[in-house]
Amino acid sequence: MMNIEVITAMKLRTMGRHFREGSKSVWRNGWMTVSSVGAVTTTLLLVGVFLALMLNLNQITQEVEKDVEIKVLLDRTLQEDKDISRVEKELNSISDVGSVEFSSKEQELERLIESMGDEGKAFELFDQSNPLKDAFVVKPSDPTDTMEVADKIRGIEGVSEVNYGEEIVQRLLQFNEYARTIGLALIIALVFTAIFLISNTIKITIIARKKEIGIMKLVGATNGFIRWPFFIEGMLLGILGAIIPIAAVVSGYYYLYYNLRDKIQFEFIQLLPFDPFAWQLSLLILGIGVFIGIWGSVMSVRKFLKV
Amino acid sequence: MIEMQSVYKTYPNGVTALNGIDVHIAQGEFVYVVGPSGAGKSTFTRLMFREEKPTKGTVLVNDMNLSKLKERKIPKLRRQIGVVYQDFRLLPRLSVYENIAFALEVIEESPKNIRKRVMDVLDQVRLKNKARFIPDELSGGEQQRVSIARAIVNHPKLLIADEPTGNLDPETSWEIMSILEEINASGTTVVMATHSKDIVDKMRKRVIAIEDGLVARDEHRGDYGYEA
Repeated sequence: MMNIEVITAMKLRTMGRHFREGSKSVWRNGWMTVSSVGAVTTTLLLVGVFLALMLNLNQITQEVEKDVEIKVLLDRTLQEDKDISRVEKELNSISDVGSVEFSSKEQELERLIESMGDEGKAFELFDQSNPLKDAFVVKPSDPTDTMEVADKIRGIEGVSEVNYGEEIVQRLLQFNEYARTIGLALIIALVFTAIFLISNTIKITIIARKKEIGIMKLVGATNGFIRWPFFIEGMLLGILGAIIPIAAVVSGYYYLYYNLRDKIQFEFIQLLPFDPFAWQLSLLILGIGVFIGIWGSVMSVRKFLKV
Repeated sequence: MIEMQSVYKTYPNGVTALNGIDVHIAQGEFVYVVGPSGAGKSTFTRLMFREEKPTKGTVLVNDMNLSKLKERKIPKLRRQIGVVYQDFRLLPRLSVYENIAFALEVIEESPKNIRKRVMDVLDQVRLKNKARFIPDELSGGEQQRVSIARAIVNHPKLLIADEPTGNLDPETSWEIMSILEEINASGTTVVMATHSKDIVDKMRKRVIAIEDGLVARDEHRGDYGYEA
């Protein structure tokens, strides 16, 4: 009877053999290896840059969205207690409304003065006869629902005006979407090119090994045993192709993050922190490289071995 | 050991190789398969190790129904069968020892077992002194002995040889035949397709003649029956 240790030792030995065979082919295929690794490198470089851009853009959009608030200005004729608390109730009863905060016209004026800095002092004159209106600041529970929520608020009696930064939000969301679509299309095309080149490289290995494979089948090697070295070869090609992109993306992001961070003024533009983002991105790049490599080998192995 | 019942084989290009074969071969037999070129000899032997699948009929080898054998069960079948070809099919870059060991490595034998069994089988085919040679440094007869060693290193119950002496001179052919006889004497069933009238007529074993995809003759202690 075979115990577990014996089986594990056997599997390890077999895996060792597959790795040796796979790496030998990587070496032996020479220029084909160089060209397919090159294709993976190009692909992953673009994927890496795009991902870094995309994820940061996402982050920025989310930050901006978080700050989206709807300002609800009230008719001046409303009765201080009765009418205002009615409006507040109605606001709260709208689904998708996250928070509702009352801001009296005095508070509004203070805010205005603050936000204008020195020039704001001029408005202090209005202290006595405040031209502003009482307001509610409403935050939607999901920023993408901003427009619908604003529309519903407009229907409430006693509301004179509804404002929100629709322009910026809409544009940012749209830009985000364009960038994503174009980037994804580009990446998918590149990934397929890389897969194709890898499967061609492995085809060469398979053709060179035809005799060997025939003998393996004849003496009763299992299909899995025959396939493994080719998977390993594809995987190694993917890993080799990931080295330069990872180095480039990590160092590039390091430079960007620590140099530009201080130069960018806007508060809402916050890059994702270098540690852990750079490492997560590296892992992702490596993963995509391995995926490309294995898929490329699966394609050619399936077609050529018919095992 | 081997049982064929009304076996038909038509290739996808329309060529009919076998036209209703019924054959029974018992464990431990030595069988020659003879017949004109293109009469179905090769197809007949290839059916036995599931290199080909019958179009119709049943092929049983060692109690396994090959017509119904699942793809992933083929390795299990092949490990019970040794195959020898006319052109040896050795790996040119590997030594004699490595060529034989390869057959055990790919079925995941332990290194200890591999060493022992390769040395045993090299002894059996009398090539112990050439273990480190590569195939190109050997004569045709020696190369065929290596390929026989590879076929039997796994102790198969059945050895199939497709014209194993086809590329060899008569003297070397006899060397090969004596090794095959020894293997048969130890209990292994041997099925050998051949064109050699000399060998068949002198060794007087069971002869199955295949013509036009049919068994034309099946005689114990038969002769070749065709002009040489």
